Amino acid sequence: MALSGIEIYKLLPRTNCRECKFPTCLAFAMQLAAGKVEISACPHISEEAKAALGEASAPPIRPITIGRGDYALKIGEETVLFRHDKTFEHPTGLAVLIEDTAAPEEINSKLKQLDESQFERVGLTLRADLVALKNTSGKKESFLSLVERVKDTPYGIILMSDDPPIMAAAAEMVKDNKPLLYAATSDNAEAMADVAKTTGAVLAASAKGLDALSELSDRLSKAGVKDMVLDSAPESISQVLYDQTAIRRLALKKRFRSFGFSTIVFPAQLTDDPLKEALYASIMIEKYAGIVVLSDLAAYRTFPLLVHRLNIYTDPQRPMTMSQGIYEVNIPTKDSPLIITTNFSLTYFIVNSEVESSRVPTWLLIMNTEGLSTLTAWSAGKFVPDLIAPFVNKSGIVDKMANRNLIIPGYVAQIKGELEEELGSDWKVTVGPREASDLPSFLQKLAA
Amino acid sequence: MAIEILKEKYTGRIKEETLGVGEAAVKIGGAAALPFHGFEGEIPNPPKIAMEVYDTAPEDWAEAAVEPFKEVINDPVAWAKLVVERYGADLVCLQLAGTDPGGANKSAAESAKLAEQIVGGLAGTPLIVYGTGKVEKDTEVLKAVAERCTGSNLLLGPVKEENYRFIGAAAIGYKHGVVAQTPIDVNLAKQLNILLGNLGVPMDKIVMDTTTGALGYGIEYTYSVMERIRIAALTTNDEKMQLPILCDVGRESWKCKEAKISEREAPELGPARERGILWEAMTAMSLAMAGADILVMRHPEAIRLVRETMGEVAKCD
Repeated sequence: MALSGIEIYKLLPRTNCRECKFPTCLAFAMQLAAGKVEISACPHISEEAKAALGEASAPPIRPITIGRGDYALKIGEETVLFRHDKTFEHPTGLAVLIEDTAAPEEINSKLKQLDESQFERVGLTLRADLVALKNTSGKKESFLSLVERVKDTPYGIILMSDDPPIMAAAAEMVKDNKPLLYAATSDNAEAMADVAKTTGAVLAASAKGLDALSELSDRLSKAGVKDMVLDSAPESISQVLYDQTAIRRLALKKRFRSFGFSTIVFPAQLTDDPLKEALYASIMIEKYAGIVVLSDLAAYRTFPLLVHRLNIYTDPQRPMTMSQGIYEVNIPTKDSPLIITTNFSLTYFIVNSEVESSRVPTWLLIMNTEGLSTLTAWSAGKFVPDLIAPFVNKSGIVDKMANRNLIIPGYVAQIKGELEEELGSDWKVTVGPREASDLPSFLQKLAA
Repeated sequence: MAIEILKEKYTGRIKEETLGVGEAAVKIGGAAALPFHGFEGEIPNPPKIAMEVYDTAPEDWAEAAVEPFKEVINDPVAWAKLVVERYGADLVCLQLAGTDPGGANKSAAESAKLAEQIVGGLAGTPLIVYGTGKVEKDTEVLKAVAERCTGSNLLLGPVKEENYRFIGAAAIGYKHGVVAQTPIDVNLAKQLNILLGNLGVPMDKIVMDTTTGALGYGIEYTYSVMERIRIAALTTNDEKMQLPILCDVGRESWKCKEAKISEREAPELGPARERGILWEAMTAMSLAMAGADILVMRHPEAIRLVRETMGEVAKCD
């Protein structure tokens, strides 16, 4: 059970030596209580105290890594129920299901989907993370040959079988890849625990309902399994919401150890409708799932889901930013107009999409304002003439253009005069519309 | 040991409001728990879907979004009937895009007449009338609509800080509700509700629009502002927060490049129709999860998906 900051403080050396990087032992104790630091940061703590604190100082939801290298997926370590309280820590892993009964062409096409479902956005690559290989046939040979086919790909691997000997053979083949074994059930718990321990794999605990799941989780812990993922086997999307909420709340608010793990969900088990499967998956991304296993990765579903995951897991306190620089919209030429705005990603997206829809070839100059939107950046002194002018001149845009006209956002109309002065006499500054939605008509009039 | 969810105790409740009149009137709000948390509080009215109708034939829509309406695209009165009769819209939202002074610049009188004709043809389904957000023009248009549709209990919006006095006064005078729109901020939303309250608009005649960001275009800001408002509403007794929320999903999601671009131009994103539908459905469903009471939507297939999914999530075991 969780200890309070004061209770923890009593177990510390109380020397305020600062070696933990906190000013006092009490401050360190408070951070420990909040699950924000590890007890090992205190070099002087006694073994007794460490044992007493071990339980209390561990993060409420255990961090777990599946896979390796670039594709290593970290989940767990979440500390809040709502993203406005603090960023959701580790984005939900997306997996694609491949059954060992599938024809070789289907297997190849799903692996190809996984390879191709990579999308660039705000300077990031969005992509799915894992393959979930399922022993649908119940036969060892079919499963192992599927594992063989996939084992040298870079993706994280989930092995799905309820037969411990088959699982042992498969896990052995990919043990360097730190796979997730799905799943231990009440029927095979100890045998699966042995496989997980021998191969160093993560083990999923699957049981219908929260009561059975908590019992199974405790059984696996007793059997020595530390890295676990939970599956409450929900039968409906409303059950998903209930179970995920219960698990997250109990783990965070009660430090309920049996539920101190990330979760895995299978939207395709709840619907046959491919669009609805995607919609269910989007709810699961919002509501706490650690891994979502999808039936396939068709781009029309995967892309919106990846964007949604990016949105939900963005730090709500720190706006997303674009890199500063020149962006070409609709293939501009030396006579095309030039628009400048800030690097708040939302500003960029909206301006870029409106300029695109205008079909007018345009240069878009994005200035680093630390993610602040136009008006805020201006009032914070980050989007002002004596910064804009040198940026424009050094950006390299002057070499690409024959004209010296600059369009500024309507919200900062007041800087026009001063900016013209700063830029020098050959420049002309035009005030653009306040709302991006008026850009197409503005640009079309300009071009006419 | 029987594991139970840690139930939250909510002390507040969202105001229950009635839109429209007579037998076909629709109730929204009234929730005493977080969205779809029927396991810990009463949620009498699940979110409602308002289908869009445009006063002018849209020119820049994705093909997939035009297709279901192509036979009525030049006839808003028939369009309104179609969305109710064929697609079962709970509410109709007349989008007065044609009043934009930078566009067709339709007059207030023309818009008021259209609103009246639509109400007359709807057999009672409640009507929302939405301007373009250009504050001066909206004031003129919505005042005229309010007067001409006296007694129909419409929802008029967006009402902003710059024009709330005029539209608010018209709403009081002609007995309509208003949608108070503020730019993605908890305090600004509350402030406008206070201003409308001081003006004399009853709290149960106000719906909030915290400004909708679509998937990929700021949905995370809208999502979190709505969650914060809803939590504040349920855990404190601040009646200026306890109002239903409207999200203008159709317009915002279908204007995203990713929802519109053809498969020929972006083959890597897959079939345009399904992609666009999912872009709208995912935006709508996320905002429903965050606390939307009215989702203004466009595509019938996106609506089917969201309506069914909301029903399934709401089911309490």
